[in-house]
Amino acid sequence: MEDKDKKIESLHLKLIPYFEKYGILLLLVLMILVMHILQPDVFLSWRNVTNVFKQISWQSMLALGVFMVIVTAGIDLSVGSIMMLSLMILAVVAKAGAPWFIVVLTPLIAGFLCGLFNGLGITLLRMPHPFIMTLGTLYIFRGAGNLISGGTPISGFTDEVRYLGHGRIDLQWLGLEKSQYLPVSLVLIAIVYIIFWIFLNKSKTGKWIYAIGGNPNAARASGINVNKILIIVYSLCGFLSGIGALILAGRTDSGYPNAGLQSELDAIAACIIGGASFFGGRGTVLGVFAGVMIMGILRNGLNLMDVSSFWQQVLIGSIIVLAVYIDVLRRDIGTRK
Amino acid sequence: MSSTNNPLLEAKGITKYFGTITALENVNLKVHAGECLGVVGDNGAGKSTLMKVLSGLYKPSAGSLFFQGKEEILESPRDSQNLGLEMVYQDLALAGNLPIGENIFLGREPTKNLGFLKLLDFNKIKELTNAHLDKLKINVKSADQKVEELSGGQRQAVAIARSTAFNAKVVIMDEPTAALAIKEVGKVLDLINSLKKTGVGVIVISHRMDDIFTVCDRVMALFQGTNFAESTLSNTSRDEVIGWIMGKK
Repeated sequence: MEDKDKKIESLHLKLIPYFEKYGILLLLVLMILVMHILQPDVFLSWRNVTNVFKQISWQSMLALGVFMVIVTAGIDLSVGSIMMLSLMILAVVAKAGAPWFIVVLTPLIAGFLCGLFNGLGITLLRMPHPFIMTLGTLYIFRGAGNLISGGTPISGFTDEVRYLGHGRIDLQWLGLEKSQYLPVSLVLIAIVYIIFWIFLNKSKTGKWIYAIGGNPNAARASGINVNKILIIVYSLCGFLSGIGALILAGRTDSGYPNAGLQSELDAIAACIIGGASFFGGRGTVLGVFAGVMIMGILRNGLNLMDVSSFWQQVLIGSIIVLAVYIDVLRRDIGTRK
Repeated sequence: MSSTNNPLLEAKGITKYFGTITALENVNLKVHAGECLGVVGDNGAGKSTLMKVLSGLYKPSAGSLFFQGKEEILESPRDSQNLGLEMVYQDLALAGNLPIGENIFLGREPTKNLGFLKLLDFNKIKELTNAHLDKLKINVKSADQKVEELSGGQRQAVAIARSTAFNAKVVIMDEPTAALAIKEVGKVLDLINSLKKTGVGVIVISHRMDDIFTVCDRVMALFQGTNFAESTLSNTSRDEVIGWIMGKK
């Protein structure tokens, strides 16, 4: 009897890590299957799949940034506003006639500086929680964006500026049709996610980010400069929001005051759906990607089926609650009693 | 343990203020190689503050630290670690979400170069962890097990393993047995005794007279942030030490 128990226990111990790592991908595959069955002609068509990736392109950048912050047990509410401010700065600089390579750099630098501002505020001003600092900058950055642009949209960028968000990689040399191209933004997502996967899993700084989320006192006692790491994390989060702004500029060909409104909530939702823990120290880059994809596919699929956007809100909210509940159940199985 | 030996670690005139509160006033402490010093005192006597000063987590308001006869100024725990001064905290200071091996090497992870990238060397972490745990006779299922899955005693063992993984010369332990089941206390005390044999200086803060009288060579008492009494273990008794804690000589 005991032997049998041990066998079951060891089987659990062996399976749980895999389930923890890849369980969210199962959900994603399931969703793709369901959508395919509901919309067999359209959903998995080249055109629609590339569309999904184009739609999630800038959100995926915000989500990745917020994810790193959530791993440290923090939160960044300002990513939408950082993206809007970076986009407006890009638009103003572009309209002033700056050469394209300067225009392309401005949102990245602006985003980075906004994130740095958050990080310095949280550590130097010793805010009781990052929620407060970034709630403040959510207003500050959006206000600043409207101040520099006068609150009106600014449109018309050159092709070089629009390349990351709008560019296409022709695949006709592979014998495919002209309509079967690869969006540049898809390649960008892949590159950025791989870089950050390596950073978070294989570098010392990445390991320390997880350690801070697990137990900040342990990290401090290990000689890790916790404040420095937090400043790096918030700065990178801002930088990724800046990349988001550059993609959005390409997609919409304009800077507009409502850009990224409430997208911080989408980003947080994607992380939570993807299995990141709000208490810090838990979650994977792959999970965030799955979270972003699940939200993107859900929106896309419901649009294809002509479901009202109000229902989309209800469904996305339900998925957040369901995903976290599954997580709670999974943890029940995983911990010893 | 002759007193003519130079102490490994010596603190002179340590004073620490938190705002208007005086946590430590003119406290002296020393420990020799292979010696175990017990530090006792009531709650709020300043034991933990003193240990945090020694480990570089707090900067003293006044006073100086000498390590192997040389004055050292500790700016952070990293400085004390570099000297070979390690701390095992009461709250254990382990990250539960990380595996045993990564906890032991946290902040000092071995890396390998991949082109211009410096990546963590997980194989080496695992290898060194297994060798180190074997050396200390600590049994765990695997170095990949997450710390949050371990029992209290196993966690304490990991914390001690962590403190000795880098040729520590002095190990400071804050209440090493406080959270443990009776069965596990003995193992931890054995671990302390084997550390002493390797020439490590150990400082143990404890409320438990059993611990103090099992592993320590010398005991000192703090009372309201000051040195109150000190004696070699052979020249004192449990009752006397308990009296010191209460502030009676």
